[in-house]
Amino acid sequence: MTEIPEHLLKRAQEAKDRAAAKAADGGATDAAPAASAPAADAPADAGDGKIPAALLARSKAAREKAAGGAPEGGGGGGVATAERPTAGATVAAAAATQAPPLAMGPEGHTQRLLTVVKAGSIQDVKAKPTDKVHTWPHLLVGEFVASLAVTAFLLVFSAFVNAPLLTLANFNLTPNPSKAPWYFLGLQELLALFHPMVAGVTIPGIGMFALMLAPYTDRNPSNRPEDRKFAISLFTIFLMFWAVLTLMGSFFRGPGFNFVFPWTDGLFFEL
Amino acid sequence: MARTIGDKGRGAHLAERVSKLGETVQGSQAWNSIFRPGSIFRKGYTDSPRNRSYVIMNSVLYHLHPVKVKRHAVKVSYTLCLGGMSFFLFILLTVTGIFLMFFYRPTAAQAWDDIYTLQTSVTFGLLVRNMHRWAAHLMVLAVFLHMARVFYHGAYKAPREFNWVIGVILLTLTLLLSFTGYLLPWDQLALWAVTVGTNMMGYTPVFGSQVRFVLLGGVEIGTDTLLRWYVLHVLMFPFVIVIFMAIHFWRVRKDGGISGPL
Repeated sequence: MTEIPEHLLKRAQEAKDRAAAKAADGGATDAAPAASAPAADAPADAGDGKIPAALLARSKAAREKAAGGAPEGGGGGGVATAERPTAGATVAAAAATQAPPLAMGPEGHTQRLLTVVKAGSIQDVKAKPTDKVHTWPHLLVGEFVASLAVTAFLLVFSAFVNAPLLTLANFNLTPNPSKAPWYFLGLQELLALFHPMVAGVTIPGIGMFALMLAPYTDRNPSNRPEDRKFAISLFTIFLMFWAVLTLMGSFFRGPGFNFVFPWTDGLFFEL
Repeated sequence: MARTIGDKGRGAHLAERVSKLGETVQGSQAWNSIFRPGSIFRKGYTDSPRNRSYVIMNSVLYHLHPVKVKRHAVKVSYTLCLGGMSFFLFILLTVTGIFLMFFYRPTAAQAWDDIYTLQTSVTFGLLVRNMHRWAAHLMVLAVFLHMARVFYHGAYKAPREFNWVIGVILLTLTLLLSFTGYLLPWDQLALWAVTVGTNMMGYTPVFGSQVRFVLLGGVEIGTDTLLRWYVLHVLMFPFVIVIFMAIHFWRVRKDGGISGPL
């Protein structure tokens, strides 16, 4: 059960005192205006003035009937509860219907409103509204246009540039140089610099593994470029490393995988 | 061409009949059974927020996209379309690849001849083969750039760590798909590029020669290697990559859509 805040308890106590003083006056006047009473979160007594006289009379009659021994007396109290203007607020009073006459309020009411708790103070609203748009058409149209553009580009490019088909594979004729596909030429370049086990397996294996672990090694929660200068520098170096190696292997390696300049010795590169 | 009044009348009549036919087709049970409520192809589709939601919610697209996305997520300048482009290239490669499969037998005796015949005697054969080849190179590039884009946006950070790992696996699979396809034309380029590539893998510590034997289906590249790489290329790797793509796309949504804004 939620703990009742101290200020509400205090306010309820004040109202109770006020009601007691009122009862001591002996003037239980229904006609008294409740203008000075706080509106919504005031305890029940403050709202008493708002109960129509007819309803009060009805509940009084029912109570008398109950006091007289009639078993359906509780029903009358129930009606009064439902008709109260403050109905809908959280009622934390003792169950009015079963309450013995002893538990009645100062004016003969069988229940009281303890407090009205506003939703904001007990509910933790986590979702913040985000600026969203409908996927159709805003995203789908973009995707459609992009896919059309890619298709058109490929169609036109393929119409003018043919994929290579060299002569039939021949085990007895090793081309010089023999090169891997372009995305492995960085590795092949490493092969010319290091021992094959280091260049062909260890470095790419560690590289892939390190790449997979990137989100777990980078503990910096920010995604703003100015906060992650180190990560960005490191990754850029990594990219440059591979780009330079790949370009080297692709364009600057000729017969025997020796260093050549493409503008003097020509291209030794097939896609 | 000169038009008479009579022609005009007939044209109007024809237009009326066409629109009437369209109405009938769109009102038919078959049409309505194909296009669910809210589909833009349904009769009486109007552009309303409710129908915009239905277009996604009531179609197979709901597997891929939520009804609404963050406004910044649709900016081309943020994603550069690289992930979507990789996926689209994969679809394009599947379609062109299926076409190529009709004309190709993966044996050392027939492979090169089949490709040559495809290029010279099959309608659109050369064009489709070109598209398959260039799309493959483009896909490697697109996946790689997609990875770089994601890194520079810090999009691999919580809660998207695992999706980054899936992404690295997808990059590896893309490279493997491309590399296994490289051998299939069985020309000098294919043979020696693959020889260089598999020799590199043969330097794996401890299991080097075993790894090479499994890859080649023998001690030398031959017709067994061709069959092995063909099956890997057209069946196994596509199957595996589709599973990982499904997880990848699902995680994008479950991790709260794409990252950002910065």
